[in-house]
Amino acid sequence: MQGIHEITLHSDAEQAQERQDRRTRWLLSSPALAIIAVFSIAPMAIILVYSFLEPGKYGNVVWSFSLDAWISVFAERDIFDGTLGLADAHLSIFWRSIKLSLLTTFTTMMIGVPMAYYVATRAAGIRNLLLFLITVPFWTNLLIRVLAIQEVIRKDGLINTVLLNLGLVQEPLQMLFTDFAIGFGMTYVFLPLMVLPVYAAVERIDFRLVEAAYDLYASRWTVIRRVIFPIIRPGVIAGSALVFIPSLGEFVIARVLGGGKNLMLGNLIALQFGQGRNWPLGAALSVTMLVLIISVLLIVLRFTKGRING
Amino acid sequence: MADRSFDKRRIPGAGLIAALAFAVLYIPLVILVTYSFNAGSRIGKWEGFSLHWYGVAFRNEDIQSATLLSVKVAVIAALVATVCATLVALATTRGQGFKAGRFVQLAVNQPLMVPEIVTAMALLILFAVIKDATGYSGTGYLIAAHSAFCIPFAFMPVRARLQDMDTNLEAAAADLYANAWVTFRRVTLPLLWPAVLAGFMLAFVISLDDVLISEFIKTAGQETLPTYLLGQLRRGITADVYAVSTILLAVSTAIVTLIFVINRKKKPGL
Repeated sequence: MQGIHEITLHSDAEQAQERQDRRTRWLLSSPALAIIAVFSIAPMAIILVYSFLEPGKYGNVVWSFSLDAWISVFAERDIFDGTLGLADAHLSIFWRSIKLSLLTTFTTMMIGVPMAYYVATRAAGIRNLLLFLITVPFWTNLLIRVLAIQEVIRKDGLINTVLLNLGLVQEPLQMLFTDFAIGFGMTYVFLPLMVLPVYAAVERIDFRLVEAAYDLYASRWTVIRRVIFPIIRPGVIAGSALVFIPSLGEFVIARVLGGGKNLMLGNLIALQFGQGRNWPLGAALSVTMLVLIISVLLIVLRFTKGRING
Repeated sequence: MADRSFDKRRIPGAGLIAALAFAVLYIPLVILVTYSFNAGSRIGKWEGFSLHWYGVAFRNEDIQSATLLSVKVAVIAALVATVCATLVALATTRGQGFKAGRFVQLAVNQPLMVPEIVTAMALLILFAVIKDATGYSGTGYLIAAHSAFCIPFAFMPVRARLQDMDTNLEAAAADLYANAWVTFRRVTLPLLWPAVLAGFMLAFVISLDDVLISEFIKTAGQETLPTYLLGQLRRGITADVYAVSTILLAVSTAIVTLIFVINRKKKPGL
């Protein structure tokens, strides 16, 4: 149809007009594209190149090709006999990152889905207020939220004070600088990312369907499982991806609440550019993280597509 | 809704979970704000209301210079990002026949798809190269990096508004022999400016909040407010940090409220 359109209607003048139009559009797009190309896309290419170079003595790189960085992402050379074995330290950090990110996704889902449902089914006035209350912490500086959490979970913080006064524990619990602290912090910080897409999905529910199900003697549980959940599933999947991806790359929360010992992948990467003085390894780890995240995105896309078609 | 005895929308427990979640979201923030007004120096022990720590924070020269740098970077980066984002939104939403439009939108959103730590490291490398070549070590690096990752945030509200806008108005202006510039200035822009303002404010908050990228690309001696706070957190905090945090919290809450109000006015139906 487009072909016919072009042949029959496009005079030279119109084609010139169209060319002019396209030029204007590229011109308007160029400042944004230039800034993003130079300060966001090009650096990704540089990091890929750096992952194949040799580390310099005091940071930075030496310009000679090497696969060492990529080998040491997963393997390490035995100090005594020089054989390669699995890099246990790296693998345990990978595992901690993936485990904590999955746990965070799961907890935000368990809390965020009912929360989003509750908020979305209120009357307009209350709904907007509650939505606003979810948005405010989200736009609050990350450090402030992390600081606030730290003050609640530290040894003489609110939780321990309450537990001690109730006599539930004899000694204050060590929560700060543990994996629990990181998981709690990430759940706190990323919860709105689960709530907002699920909220949008709940808003689209046609409650006549729910009514019909009840009329047909469905139990409440059946209604949730067979009517409500299938409708909001795309929102839940989107929310899960939105939570999982930044969790996997998290740095600040792990650094402050996890202390120096409980590293996540982000901290391991930062370490290579700091004290580690191994920029190529840091670059290779960064590329690995990107690949992990892109795979998750592709799986999610695959999954949602299959669901919509099926 | 006639039958009040059975609410078909109700899911048992959802309200309870929501209430608990709101409590968990807000209790830590409330504690933080409360203790910023504490007279005593010991955090966790209430010794009466006082503005003492605000005074301490205001007199602290490190906090003053960090605030100035943060605001300077945020204003410039948000301006640059908003202008760029508005132009690219106009290019990709108006009319048909821009086949590269989808690609352009994807490129504009690219900063959102990369974890911050990777961007931070990549920029660290890029800026090290530029520093070696030019010897420049000013605030330009911070501004450039912030402009780039603010663009997608400024882009979101502007694109949404342009897509919702009635294109008949622009067509009518064109029929009345207004050229593209006059149409934009007299028809599109007056309808668009609330979204542009919202985009600017979003970009401003995003820039003001950034810890990670700033922490790794700032040159020695430069501190933005968040990197200053990060340093304090590592050293063990004093109560003036609570005061600074409370002010920052108030600023971002005010901005979010403003964005909410602007959006509500534009869409009375929603």
